[in-house]
Amino acid sequence: MKQIVVISGKGGTGKTIFTASLAALAKNKVMVDCDVDAADLHLLLNPRIVEKHEFRSGKTAWIDPALCIACGKCSEVCRFDAIAESDDEFEVDPLACEGCGLCARICPVEVIEMRENLCGEWYLSETTYGPFVHAKLGIAQENSGKLVADVREAAKRIAQSRSLDYVIIDGPPGIGCPVLASLTDTDLAVIVTEPTLSGIHDARRVVELTRHFRIPAGIVINKWDINPEKSREIEALCSEEGVSFLGRIPFSKHVAASLIKARPYVETAQDDVADAIRAAWKKIDSEPTGKDRRSS
Amino acid sequence: MRDADGEGVEVVVIAVASGKGGTGKTTVAVNLALVLGDVQFIDCDVEEPNAHLFLKPVLTEKTPARVMVPEIIEEKCTYCGKCAEVCAFNALAVIPPNDALKGGVLVFPNLCHNCGACFLLCPEGAIREVHREIGVVEAGWAGAIRFAHGRLHVGEAMSPPLIRQVKKHIDRTRTTLIDAPPGTSCPVINALEGSDYCLLVTEPTPFGLNDLVLAVEVLKVMGIPHGLVINRCDIGDGGVEAYAKQNGIPVLMRIPFDRTIAELYSRGINIVEKDGEYAEKFRALFKDIKNHYETDRGHQRKRGHG
Repeated sequence: MKQIVVISGKGGTGKTIFTASLAALAKNKVMVDCDVDAADLHLLLNPRIVEKHEFRSGKTAWIDPALCIACGKCSEVCRFDAIAESDDEFEVDPLACEGCGLCARICPVEVIEMRENLCGEWYLSETTYGPFVHAKLGIAQENSGKLVADVREAAKRIAQSRSLDYVIIDGPPGIGCPVLASLTDTDLAVIVTEPTLSGIHDARRVVELTRHFRIPAGIVINKWDINPEKSREIEALCSEEGVSFLGRIPFSKHVAASLIKARPYVETAQDDVADAIRAAWKKIDSEPTGKDRRSS
Repeated sequence: MRDADGEGVEVVVIAVASGKGGTGKTTVAVNLALVLGDVQFIDCDVEEPNAHLFLKPVLTEKTPARVMVPEIIEEKCTYCGKCAEVCAFNALAVIPPNDALKGGVLVFPNLCHNCGACFLLCPEGAIREVHREIGVVEAGWAGAIRFAHGRLHVGEAMSPPLIRQVKKHIDRTRTTLIDAPPGTSCPVINALEGSDYCLLVTEPTPFGLNDLVLAVEVLKVMGIPHGLVINRCDIGDGGVEAYAKQNGIPVLMRIPFDRTIAELYSRGINIVEKDGEYAEKFRALFKDIKNHYETDRGHQRKRGHG
């Protein structure tokens, strides 16, 4: 089983559109959406939810106003400025509270309760393209890294029990906590970037990240013809940084317009964009992964 | 500016956010800053800061961003296990001593949220706090624009402490633009916190709409008034416009797709510096933000929240 994660650093480079096409091109796989705080892949895969699971993580402090003696100790020790006083009453700002529980431990009259958070849900679904694991983080919730880890664990179990060849992961933008959780222990990171100053700047940081975690990486340039010169720069960056160049996809206005069809792009069009995505998948599929390198 | 109730009477801090990445947040924030001139620009996308590529500030100040993590004072530690018990984030593990081995305490700094529980509750006073660098804050000037951003070190998980540090540069006597990270979770909340107004930049596709709805929910929870900029408004579908209309969210600007803008952007060139018409449009956008903010505040007062 190969775990392939698609990331980008910069948002909006076409990660999800590309990943959705892999759902149609790769055989024998489970699809996973790890961009849990702005999940979009389900919009192209039409999942039928088979199982729904609650995601509980962390706690939030709650002060019983009837019993609070307003000594202010909790507010003093809180490093997240999450407890404020108004009219002699202390109240927790649930958005600022990180759930460390220090206030509850030091409250002299023990009237602070740590309440478990329901942070979101994750789903096991079936699609025309095979099983799909996805999630929805609650509004203004944290711990997306842990939700990513749970979703990936579920996908891995499915892959093992059904003897699937691939786990294909749509990752979040950035380089922080949910990205680290999406990247850990994968066999190949596919970086979808665009030939712009920001795209290159962010791709460099993501390449550095994959190196930090010793994950083999490759780059796909999306909308390459917006700036052919910058595209060449990215190709040069690939050989410089020792990452594989996996292909380039031309710009087309039809791509954004096709999203309304709610299907993977390669299934909606037969054009140079679809051809380029197919070629990139062929290349990805033949890439040696971390495991191959270790065993050879 | 604040009135006696502590409510803003004039919009000072404007955050530019999006839910979905790559919709043009930084482009809108940067061009707005350029036409206004005398503003502060705070780039809070510390995982992938990009605004400096377009504003090209001279960064003269560089401060390491640090968090505090526990360090065990071995001589005092009795391996009682209290620190590991009180840590809600599993950042400490205590190995009790046995006949063969002396005990040990393992600290996992990446998991530490710097709450201070272990430090304050250790019965032996055997924990001290030490600094750990997670990134840098850089500041300087781009012409008359005061600029600050943060850069999270690659491999670090937690951006909120760094975002809070970048935001210390905000001076509420000057108009401030915040470039927020994408998404809807902790980094975004930390970036938006304390803003008077939020401009949501979106694109008219099912992806744009899906993530816009989430971002609007966040802003409602946070009580921040907001308006929309629809980028590449002519490629996609009508979903975003319909949603905005249904929910009474004003669309303050529509930017059509233009290959020239995309090409200029790819080279780090700002449209308002090339096209006077766009400079005018961005000036109008600022005026519209001010007006919308004031009407929104007015409504809040009438409803008795003011």
